[in-house]
Amino acid sequence: MTPNILEVAQLEFRYGSEPILSKIGFSILPGDFVALIGGNGAGKSTLFRLLLGELTPSKGTIRLFGQDIRQFRNWPSIGYVPQNGFASKANFPATVEEIVQANLFSQIGLFHFPQKADKEQTKEALQQVGMENYAKHLIGNLSGGQQQRVMLARVIVNKPKLMILDEPGTGVDTKTLKTLYEFLAKLNRETGLTIVMATHDIERISVYSSRTLSLERGTLVELDSQQSTGTDATIFRPFVPKGLQWKQERKESYGDFCV
Amino acid sequence: MAIFAYEFMHRAFIVGVLLAIIIPCIGIIVVLKRLSMMGDALSHTALAGVAGGLIMGINPILGAIAACILAALGIELIRKKIPRYAEMSIAIIMSAGVGLAGVLSGFVKNPASFNSFLFGSIVAISDFELTLVICISGIVLGSFLLLYKELFFITFDENSARLAGIPVKTINFIFTVLTAITVSIASRTVGALIVSSLMVVPVACAMQFGKSYKQTILFSIGFAVLFTVSGLFLSFYAGVKPGGTIVLLGVIFLLVILTMKKIISKNL
Repeated sequence: MTPNILEVAQLEFRYGSEPILSKIGFSILPGDFVALIGGNGAGKSTLFRLLLGELTPSKGTIRLFGQDIRQFRNWPSIGYVPQNGFASKANFPATVEEIVQANLFSQIGLFHFPQKADKEQTKEALQQVGMENYAKHLIGNLSGGQQQRVMLARVIVNKPKLMILDEPGTGVDTKTLKTLYEFLAKLNRETGLTIVMATHDIERISVYSSRTLSLERGTLVELDSQQSTGTDATIFRPFVPKGLQWKQERKESYGDFCV
Repeated sequence: MAIFAYEFMHRAFIVGVLLAIIIPCIGIIVVLKRLSMMGDALSHTALAGVAGGLIMGINPILGAIAACILAALGIELIRKKIPRYAEMSIAIIMSAGVGLAGVLSGFVKNPASFNSFLFGSIVAISDFELTLVICISGIVLGSFLLLYKELFFITFDENSARLAGIPVKTINFIFTVLTAITVSIASRTVGALIVSSLMVVPVACAMQFGKSYKQTILFSIGFAVLFTVSGLFLSFYAGVKPGGTIVLLGVIFLLVILTMKKIISKNL
């Protein structure tokens, strides 16, 4: 039996004595496209930092690919797209090619240099996001939307099994965002890549995602099933975003693939 | 040429060019990590090591290397404890270094040898120092080339590098030690008060032209060699101090580049 990509149980996290997340519990299955919604300060980024091993839970367990996070070492199988992407790297003197190729470095190994095959893999990833003609451009000379595509190429070059995106819509226009969602949906559908994405854009993302989790006041609720995904003391807040209704309507009209 | 008739100038050119190659390799990482003041903090702490070495009767460069390594590790430790105010770690270590150097310098019997570290003395290099510079340059350049891609990844995005499986902690530790020994050896030659300029100015010039990371490094080295060689020539013929001349040439060159770029962009 294929293990769940991600299993979180009874997860709690505190900064000092202040509770940030409480009794979080959910599972992500292979091939899921999960939208994680919630207001500013709801704890989305904190939850991601816990899932990426950057923070240690105060209580509870996290299992990645069936393995406890404390023993988990296969980090290259997880692709992470941080919030604001390259915003702080605007003046970094590196080309698109150099940046995307960097994610292959752990595969290439210490004291070894990239070979022809690595360069081909980089080119392929750039082709997938339509940025192959920008390989030699400096990252700071690209638009926000182009930088975002480079960010995706950088993650997919490693052929991850799970992709985590933290509010990729920050600082990009509606058209770019729609293209991004369509690209992610296609990737999810064609390659079976599991995606977990934090976003404020409830209406649009619910059209593309297969599940929607809502994080409010440090507690997680699954919206599609209208059930709390946590255990014990989770607070269910009856909240169905407009997008879910649109999704249902589109599903009725076009079938399962509404992209 | 008269300048090459002197043995001490041969040594000065060898040491100068070697340092001009390794300092920008360290400098580019330091600048891109936004820790430009790190060189200053380390070189000031190196002075405490120099004073300590002179008091204890050991080679002051070895004292400087030991003090610099401790300071660099201290910066890294404090940076980890207060990641949101990383630059504060540099200020803390720099204050401690200056304070310690100030106190210890009062116990140094021969102030002239201590003062030679403030502005350096590239034209008064001993056999031991020449050997040390050659060995350290080999170690720093070799390590930089071997860890080239990992250092790039960590500098660009430390978190993603860790996720991708890069041994971030080990490489950061190695880089910290490399920085410390480079700054210590450069303090003796170009001077503790100006070593950080040599770390930053060639990189700042190169960033105006570089079209990739690799190109920026090569330009940084090129500029550092240019400033060092022309600084040595100028100091020899004009009879001025070489360390300060090298750095001043670099700063003037950077100002010219920035002004020209502004004029060109206005006319476009």
